Amino acid sequence: MATEMLSYIERKSPVHELTGATKLILFLMWSFAAMLTYDTRVLLFLFLLSLVIFYISRIKIREVLFILLFILAFLLLNNIAIYIFSPGQGVKIYGTSHVLFSIAGRYNITWEQLFYQFNITLKYFTVIPAALLFIVTTHPSEFAASLNKIGISYRISFAVALALRYIPDIQRDFHNIALSQQARGLDMSRKEKLPKRIKNAATILIPLILSSLDKIETISNAMELRGFGKNKKRTWYSARPFQLKDYATMAVFLAILVASLLVTFHDGSRFYNPFLGHASVGFLIKAWFGVLFQ
Amino acid sequence: MKKPVIEFQNYTFQYRSQATPTLHDINLTIYEGESVLILGQSGSGKSTLGHCINGLIPFSYKGKVSGSLKINGKETKDMDIFSISKLVGTVLQDPDGQFIGLTVGEDIAFALENEGLALRDMHDAVDKAARTVGIENKLSAHVHELSGGQKQKVSLAGVMVDHTGILLFDEPLANLDPATGKQAIQLISDIRKKANVTVIIIEHRLEDVLAEKIDRVIVMDEGNMISDCTPDELLSSSVLETCHIREPLYVKAAKYAGCRITPEMHPAHLDTFQLSRCKDALLNWYKHAKKPVARIETEPVLEIHHLSFSYKPGQPVLKNLSFTIQKGEMVSIVGKNGAGKSTLSRLICGFEQPSSGKIFYKGKDVTNDTIKERSLRIGMVMQNPNQMISKHMIFDEIALGLANRGIAPEEIKKRTENAMRLCGLYPFRNWPVSALSFGQKKRVTIASILVLEPDILILDEPTAGQDYMHYHEIMEFLVELNKKGITILFITHDMHLMLEYTPRAIVLADGEKIADGSAAGILTHPDIIRRANLKETSLYALANRLHLNPESFTERFITYERGLETNGNRNAVLY
Repeated sequence: MATEMLSYIERKSPVHELTGATKLILFLMWSFAAMLTYDTRVLLFLFLLSLVIFYISRIKIREVLFILLFILAFLLLNNIAIYIFSPGQGVKIYGTSHVLFSIAGRYNITWEQLFYQFNITLKYFTVIPAALLFIVTTHPSEFAASLNKIGISYRISFAVALALRYIPDIQRDFHNIALSQQARGLDMSRKEKLPKRIKNAATILIPLILSSLDKIETISNAMELRGFGKNKKRTWYSARPFQLKDYATMAVFLAILVASLLVTFHDGSRFYNPFLGHASVGFLIKAWFGVLFQ
Repeated sequence: MKKPVIEFQNYTFQYRSQATPTLHDINLTIYEGESVLILGQSGSGKSTLGHCINGLIPFSYKGKVSGSLKINGKETKDMDIFSISKLVGTVLQDPDGQFIGLTVGEDIAFALENEGLALRDMHDAVDKAARTVGIENKLSAHVHELSGGQKQKVSLAGVMVDHTGILLFDEPLANLDPATGKQAIQLISDIRKKANVTVIIIEHRLEDVLAEKIDRVIVMDEGNMISDCTPDELLSSSVLETCHIREPLYVKAAKYAGCRITPEMHPAHLDTFQLSRCKDALLNWYKHAKKPVARIETEPVLEIHHLSFSYKPGQPVLKNLSFTIQKGEMVSIVGKNGAGKSTLSRLICGFEQPSSGKIFYKGKDVTNDTIKERSLRIGMVMQNPNQMISKHMIFDEIALGLANRGIAPEEIKKRTENAMRLCGLYPFRNWPVSALSFGQKKRVTIASILVLEPDILILDEPTAGQDYMHYHEIMEFLVELNKKGITILFITHDMHLMLEYTPRAIVLADGEKIADGSAAGILTHPDIIRRANLKETSLYALANRLHLNPESFTERFITYERGLETNGNRNAVLY
């Protein structure tokens, strides 16, 4: 159900058993590795590994499907934008130009550009499962504690955790407000034209903001009356100490990070270039794309 | 000599955004170990007084302070909100809104986390506080899974854990069903005995608070302290009538019978109330009081046939529910939280589709009609007006439903102005919504539904969070609408509403209908009262003490009271 998106999913799995802080550190290392490298081999390895971890976590795809589709839509938008703004980026990076066909002016399709955007997409695919896993397998109580543990101020940690926690509440409010507006004849269905629908959605936002502001006043009073913000440091009731498995997992991930960086940078470039020197690999990739686009 | 813990001296406070002071020249001393009730209607300054005691004023809500307020002998102006919070623990109204932690243990620990207490000490302290209020076996439960009573316990434990000597309760009974409210007051009283703390309760529901021992009642009105005495003295005076606070029903009954109440009669509790002097008067009043007029059957306007519903398979929310509403009726649908009341209203409005069963409107099957189609016949007013209002101007807000339906502007103007006149909003037609009070906003939402001219109006907790005067005005207004032929259903757990305004009540428990009949009758059945989290009224107990039939005693009391209403004892139409 959509009301449960991006909230904690209770399961018994090795991923859930790690402390929140461990998972946050792992996630950061993971993103670091995926961000720095454009090496297709490393990205493919990380991507496959993230699928394995996803499987281990016992989270089902359909439980995060809504948010996944949402991100994928943005990914598509991003890819289109990259092409519109720099159709020659691939050629610039890989130094060769294998034109597949051309559209108009500088807008031609090259193997290099396709390969470049394939790598970018792969980066997304490497980070998305990790990010989703971190959010849905970290108990919200531990969430703030783990942000705080890696050095983020506890006020900010708490703000982030509270915001995540109120998502279901706000979704429920939104649903109720939408229904009551529909009962007054507001049409949110596809029968209405798009600009009108957007305008109609705005009539739901105003009551939503007003009722959320009420909530904020109550909670901030409640927090202040119980001494939030008094000291520079605070402790966390739900914090869990690191265990052997936390250290072990962190060590493994650190090794993966170092290895991926070594592989990426050993030839002085962040890019893995199948077009130069490695003719056979380049051919393989071309053939693969050829099959894909036939 | 008792030690004073809170001392107001010539204390005046003015909010920065207000033109005049909200509190005028308060002189009040509260002593260690006392239990004090601060009574007053909304806008009387009672909540502001509470904010001064817990430090939200002047540290969060800015304004101009003059005079002195000392807590434990220290001037509060020279302290900060954190050191005040170590002295005064506050339990806010609406436990849901103030939960910070996700689980019970975490929420109780919040104050200690902010202190930076070590993990082991914290767990010990939380366990101890949880045991004091009796919630120790729920520490890892999610707060939102708890019942209303358990939530109260958690908020109380969250304050207790800090060992403050003074506990301040800001409208602890708001949003609680009657039975849970009764438990909450008992809990406060138990804690006071166990932990030997000073208790200050801010409320307007006098009778419910007086169920436990209160040493002193402070009455606030328009920012002034107008009374400071024992409950017995207060009930013997005429202070309550002047400041629109509902008197306990048994005291009212005695007054209607012509008895003069004196402090020696100990009217603060029904159990201690000396009836000997007014027994004859009450019996005599009963003999002569008018009986209620029986309702005339009209035609059915809404029929529910074997309705069942579940959000998740295997967990039915409503089970095989059937009833018929006659045209022109006013009916309460009551039951504890989670009994299925709100779900029922959502099914009637078409917000959800039943898993089985049918809904008939004037004999026609409307089960498969859309929300939009049904909204022309059945209007629903939500509990929180802020969740309904989406326009800046009152006129636009009320006209929205018509504008959405593409009705001609002249027609919209005519119908909107009619709805405004009906709801007493016509003088405000050019005002922005933001300038209105909560009660007025409620009227705007009612008007915005009425403009669509439905035959049935469903109101979800129309009186929640409102004091007696506003309650009274909204309900009288709805009675007027009802007289014009609109059928009204109330989703409520307000027993006064049910008793005073709706001749008929339908009781739900665990998705099933367990009673359908006269409101006064339902409140004399201990079994139904228990299953629906209701509470027997003091009229019931009073009738028993007088050896009269409780149901007819209650009915005659209500009939008598309504007789007073129609004889011009009504409050002004607008507020």
